[in-house]
Amino acid sequence: MAHEHKLAIFRGRLKFKSNTQKIWGVLIFLTLVTAVEVILGITKPYILTHKYFIGMKLLNWIFIILTLVKAYYIAWDFMHLRDEKSSLRRAIVWTPIFLVCYLIFILLFEADYIYTVYKDGFVKWNF
Amino acid sequence: MDTSVTPAAEENVWGGGNKPLGASYGKLMMWFFIVSDALTFSGFLAAYGFSRFKFIETWPIADEVFTHVPFFHGNYPMYYVAFMTFILIMSSVTMVLAVDAGHHMKKSKVVLYMFLTIIGGAIFVGSQAWEWATFIKGDYGALETRGGRILQFVNADTGERAALGDFAASIPDVRQEHLEQNGVWYYGDDSSLPTYSLNEVVEGFKSNSNILIRTELLTDEQEKTVLTREESLEKIKDARIVVEGANLVRNEYGSRLFADFFFFITGFHGFHVFSGVVINIIIFFNVILGTYERRGHYEMVEKVGLYWHFVDLVWVFVFTFFYLV
Repeated sequence: MAHEHKLAIFRGRLKFKSNTQKIWGVLIFLTLVTAVEVILGITKPYILTHKYFIGMKLLNWIFIILTLVKAYYIAWDFMHLRDEKSSLRRAIVWTPIFLVCYLIFILLFEADYIYTVYKDGFVKWNF
Repeated sequence: MDTSVTPAAEENVWGGGNKPLGASYGKLMMWFFIVSDALTFSGFLAAYGFSRFKFIETWPIADEVFTHVPFFHGNYPMYYVAFMTFILIMSSVTMVLAVDAGHHMKKSKVVLYMFLTIIGGAIFVGSQAWEWATFIKGDYGALETRGGRILQFVNADTGERAALGDFAASIPDVRQEHLEQNGVWYYGDDSSLPTYSLNEVVEGFKSNSNILIRTELLTDEQEKTVLTREESLEKIKDARIVVEGANLVRNEYGSRLFADFFFFITGFHGFHVFSGVVINIIIFFNVILGTYERRGHYEMVEKVGLYWHFVDLVWVFVFTFFYLV
């Protein structure tokens, strides 16, 4: 129960005078990120939808990275993880990250394999 | 401890009342719950990714599925979901402000911010319900083929989607209605039959030369494939069922799995928001009654706050993977 808050975000580049101010600052940042996501989602710039990086469109990478950025600020500033002990923070954050990365890796590779089976194998499904 | 050699420092470590993680029991348990719930949601989203990668070439385009805004007609992809996202983030902000006011023991401010949070949550759940209703009701209608794939229709002159009603012929024939006596399935007062019979749609399609079929297959431009008139006439022979709207079995927007996961994941999230609102209301009344004022701290508000932010956190991911990617 830390009553004293760490009032700097962006690795100390942006400092706030009070916790309330920091909350509004984070809200503005999250809203901006969401707005960028929506604008990109509607316009779908050609350059981003036709460039691929590790099997996924650049645009989708941008979406996922922006989502993780949003998740970071929700967890760190709204859920006060920034003010918790680092041991608690690590236990909460790294456990799911490790398990989820493992799950995603396994499931997506398997799905891609099934996709090739459907596409190249003697399976008729699109009729 | 009976042994006399125990130094005082060790007494402090093992004597109880120690908080190695610097958080109270209740807060730790809330965090553990959140971690396990996060893994549940990750499991759902990963399963969604699995199905999507499996049918990567035929998956529905979210922009074409969620195009409606209440009280407005026309094609507005994403705006409403963006609004819902903003509402949820906003209610998260009022929640943090309530927690902050709790730290300063300002009861009236906690009451105000908790109230705003509850309102935000209610708006979100209502929007979600509307989104579901629109999705279930459907848009243009489609045909399902023998293999369970979806055929949609496009007006060749305008390039816009064509609704079944735009071209379906009117053929008087006897259609068998499913009755309750034939099986345990409750349809309510509405007819279980789609607006048009398969025959009406097929005949209407044949007599309207400007209607083309759009298949689920994505082109290189990430758009759905539109067949030529000849291909369309050939393809429509595969059609077996008229599909209007979406449910757990059929889905006019494309892959059925898309509808299944949509109902499952947004439903599970909506249930979280709903229970979050209920818990918020309980704590709200406790605050009004002065329970936490007497207790001397507002940690309960902080704990429900954690849950509420988690719900927001999950939505950020659902928003990305269902509506953006």
